[in-house]
Amino acid sequence: MKLPHSIETRDLTRIFKSKNETVKALDKVSLSIEEREIFGLLGPNGAGKTTFIKILTTLLLPTNGEAYVGGFNVIKEPDRVRKIISLVSGGETPGYGILSVRENLWFFSQLYGLSSTAAREKIKRLMADLDFEEYANTRMAKLSTGYRQRLNLARGLLSGPNILFLDEPTLGLDVLTAKKLRSYIVDWAKKEAKGTVLLTTHYMAEADEMCDRVAIIDRGRILACDSPSTLKENLKQKQIMRVEIASVQADFGFIDKMADVIGYSQTRNIQTGTTTLKIMVDNETAFAKIMRQLEKLKILSVSKAEPTLEDVYISLVGRGFEEGEASTSA
Amino acid sequence: MREQLIRNLKVVYARLWVRVKGGNREPEWLIAELIIPMLTLSAYVYLYKMLNAPPEYGGFVIIGGTMVAFWSNVLWNMSAQFYWEKETGSLEVYLVAPISRMAILLGMALGGIVNTTLRAVAILVAGALIFQVPFALQEPLTALLMFFLTIIALYALGMLFASLFMLYGREAWHTASLLQEPVYLFSGLYFPVNQLPFVVQLVASLIPLTFGLDGIRRVIILGEGIADIWLNVAVLVVFILILLPLAKFALNYMENLGKKEGRLTLRWQ
Repeated sequence: MKLPHSIETRDLTRIFKSKNETVKALDKVSLSIEEREIFGLLGPNGAGKTTFIKILTTLLLPTNGEAYVGGFNVIKEPDRVRKIISLVSGGETPGYGILSVRENLWFFSQLYGLSSTAAREKIKRLMADLDFEEYANTRMAKLSTGYRQRLNLARGLLSGPNILFLDEPTLGLDVLTAKKLRSYIVDWAKKEAKGTVLLTTHYMAEADEMCDRVAIIDRGRILACDSPSTLKENLKQKQIMRVEIASVQADFGFIDKMADVIGYSQTRNIQTGTTTLKIMVDNETAFAKIMRQLEKLKILSVSKAEPTLEDVYISLVGRGFEEGEASTSA
Repeated sequence: MREQLIRNLKVVYARLWVRVKGGNREPEWLIAELIIPMLTLSAYVYLYKMLNAPPEYGGFVIIGGTMVAFWSNVLWNMSAQFYWEKETGSLEVYLVAPISRMAILLGMALGGIVNTTLRAVAILVAGALIFQVPFALQEPLTALLMFFLTIIALYALGMLFASLFMLYGREAWHTASLLQEPVYLFSGLYFPVNQLPFVVQLVASLIPLTFGLDGIRRVIILGEGIADIWLNVAVLVVFILILLPLAKFALNYMENLGKKEGRLTLRWQ
């Protein structure tokens, strides 16, 4: 049955069982993603993002529920799904180190049956667009991480997919390369007639910058789903303060126990010996109480912060990504 | 259907190309795959000479050494390849592509055959020249038939093992290690297998290499013809008819099991 959505899941559930434990990586996830949409799945490590993408790309079977990609059932029609998708995973370098960049790309083009002429043209264009033409004859093994990821993205786009799955595409990349790739992906989705992108990331700024809509996932459950601006807009009534403290060892557990505190996150910087707290409260009175407790420590700065997607996550879960990363990865 | 077939044929060629190109790009292979095997062969040839064995034994060793290259290639560059493909993320790319997994394996196998045949011919020529091995080849076509049947049966076995590597990784690695030396012994790579006790010969008959090697030796060294080795041909055909569909079944089964258990693309197993 053809469905109007580019991607649709209904009560998608995946349970991993091992000798010692059972982990519910996805818990009744229902999402609809439209054609030409860049959709972000945002959550900490172990939240279920990769599990979700693996099911949609036919690499994993769900325990329960249904999933459709391009209108095709991923369980019953995997071959039809595979014709219209591509998957690019960050931090991975599929290909052969002994072959050059151009040779690797030619090889991958053959997996989709491209003619040699079409493949050559596409490879040339993609290498030019992604600024790594000068490495065309360099062996893949000699490429830096950033250029390998450009190669990986070019590989993903070679087949001209309708739906592009990006699993942490900028993982481990320097700021400039990450920015370049993000901007290219956004342009690609705008130019392609049916270019849908499903992006998983744990970088808030990435999701904010790239995505038309974002779903926040934690421990296999979708907690919120909307455009980044709407998600942030919903926090306008809350007070968000950023406090920088000259300590990396202080315990801030007391904040959890205080009334009217929605949540907080802490980022410890060992190099500077500082901890940055982001605290979200319902009213300023609550914040004053927290400050009284923090006065025992050396406070370097206090400022009011505009809501970000991280704050959306904090408001939903009560903690930041760093504190909330699950011990299991899926 | 036609589009699917063309795409899969392109995949076969592309994977073959990668293997041949990659395998011959660096000259180090000459040391690992030509000079070192020649040293092993030399040890056996001189041992037989010292024992005043008939000169045909030298030929047996050279042919055995030639075929060792194929067995090693099947075990480590064919079966275990999926393990490495998984570690680098290439397996994930294959599995997401609209292609037959058998096409990938077939490309790997053909590439392996091309590369290893180059090495095998080099070993054969070098061995024959250095050790002055007597050949009594009467029917070259029969020799070629035996060679290709042996190779197809061996690589079909490799495809079967590849399905294990797709899912079990290191555990399958141990299995491959376990198979290496016993197969050297049971298939009679360096001596005629009829010297082994009968029970061991029975076990050896489960290995396609045993029949292939025996047939090739009899045709090339002893000058026998198709009428003498028809049983070897028949057994190899049976091996092929069983192993190829079994490999396809095992590949599908392991892929589905991997998808169910979530281990298909799991690293560092």
